[in-house]
Amino acid sequence: MTGEVAVLGTGMHPWGKWGRSFVEYGTAAARAALDDAGVDWRDVGSVVGADTVRGGYPGYVAGATFAKALGWQGARVTSVYAACASGAQAVGTARAQILAGLADVVLVVGADSAPKGFFRPAGGDRADDPDWLRFRILGATNPTYFGLYARRRMAMHGDTPEDFARVKVKNSALGALNPYARYRKRVTAEEVAASAVVADPLRLLDICATSDGGAALVLSSMEFARRHGVAEPVRIRAVSTVTPRYPNTVLDLPDIATDSAVAVAPPEETFRASIARAAYEEAGVGPEDLSFAEVYDLSTALELQWYEDLGLCGEGGAAKLLRDGGTAPGGRIPVNASGGLASFGEAVPAQAIAQVCELVWQLRGEAGDRQIEGARVGISANQGLFGHGSAVVAVR
Amino acid sequence: MVTGWFTGEGEGFRLLGTRCSACASVFFPREDVLCRNPGCPGGDLREVPLSRRGRVWSYTDGRYRPPSPYVSDPELPWEPYALIAVELAEERLVVLGQAVPGVTVADLTVGMEVEVVPGVLNEDAETTWTTWHWRPTGVGA
Ligand SMILES: [Zn+2]
Repeated sequence: MTGEVAVLGTGMHPWGKWGRSFVEYGTAAARAALDDAGVDWRDVGSVVGADTVRGGYPGYVAGATFAKALGWQGARVTSVYAACASGAQAVGTARAQILAGLADVVLVVGADSAPKGFFRPAGGDRADDPDWLRFRILGATNPTYFGLYARRRMAMHGDTPEDFARVKVKNSALGALNPYARYRKRVTAEEVAASAVVADPLRLLDICATSDGGAALVLSSMEFARRHGVAEPVRIRAVSTVTPRYPNTVLDLPDIATDSAVAVAPPEETFRASIARAAYEEAGVGPEDLSFAEVYDLSTALELQWYEDLGLCGEGGAAKLLRDGGTAPGGRIPVNASGGLASFGEAVPAQAIAQVCELVWQLRGEAGDRQIEGARVGISANQGLFGHGSAVVAVR
Repeated sequence: MVTGWFTGEGEGFRLLGTRCSACASVFFPREDVLCRNPGCPGGDLREVPLSRRGRVWSYTDGRYRPPSPYVSDPELPWEPYALIAVELAEERLVVLGQAVPGVTVADLTVGMEVEVVPGVLNEDAETTWTTWHWRPTGVGA
């Protein structure tokens, strides 16, 4: 297919609370990805960074910061910010540059040093910012939104807190097998139930933590990969980076209200479902073709929502799919074999790139003890604040 | 802190949105500059009071103190409050708000009817910041 780019290299810095600069994590991940690709940094034609905030710096930085740390060599540079979708937009930008012939080899990097505790908006009185408003007027943190979605699923589909805990049990067992994960300990349903309620009905172990971390990819044209001696690389076949369609009728971070459906009928599919559909259409595959999926389990309940939005089961069928083991290793469609955000925590600019690293490791058969047998097609999916949606389809 | 989001006292209290004169779309929080309906040629946006009552779409609470810019006294123990997302049938939109003090998640179910009432967000020696609260209907003030 003409739309494909090759993944030559993957790299990660272990996630955790290391207390060092994001530059260090990103550079370590980038060096690992370049090593894995067998590409000299000076031969990289373009570097695309997923942005983070540098304390005291007026704004977001990424691409040039990593390029400087690796040693200025004159590459084309791009920095992208799309909240949680930043990493996927970085991959999308790199892919577009390669397909347009602007660069043969592109380094994609995302890294962050996360703040302690809840994410919070930037300072100052900023009543024109929905993110500031939801904190100031409602005290609505990210977990309170996750709690709303969880409670809604319980009311609409009969999900239970025990179902939510099953997601954590599954993901922690997989994270225990992943050397890059922050949490390497298996968690039991009893431990989830014994953890403190954060936002009813969700408990501490239902919600992902903030973390430091970094991830990187080296992408290239298919022709470069062949010249480079990689005849059968893992290929990225789709990168969806879509916005919602009006009226968006599912309450979503950071908004205080939805759009009104008075004048225009709501779209037939939700925003999250449209993220997946756009990727499927671009890749020419459907959910039935998937070997596995990596989704944003910011909360355990949200992972269940993604099963339905990705079309792994019908609406309301997620808890049953989980209970039947369908999304566990050996199941019909394993989800979050990496351990997910439950095991990694959030390092916002890095996490969508980390998802693609897992797609590649699984498709190469390099995922060690968490390897999914015969993996051929994988999808990653996430959603970024302020209307950014992304999904990546990779194949081998 | 935000002007023109609500008005009135007691039974006359209402959330205020805006309505597009061209396509009739309703916006809350108020949208005063551009109609966001992509198929709309664009019309004047006029202030409109929203329905007093709606049905609970979902609800949750916050058991840990939210960070700034939420204002709370760090000297006092944290008292969780419920947050309710309410579907207004007439406007066909969902509005999130705090529950009235004393209403907890144990008092709520998805689909139950609630009404909007005036509330206090926080106050200091000089200023009282007012807000809207959701209260289950049939509960006294
Ligand atoms: Zn309009």
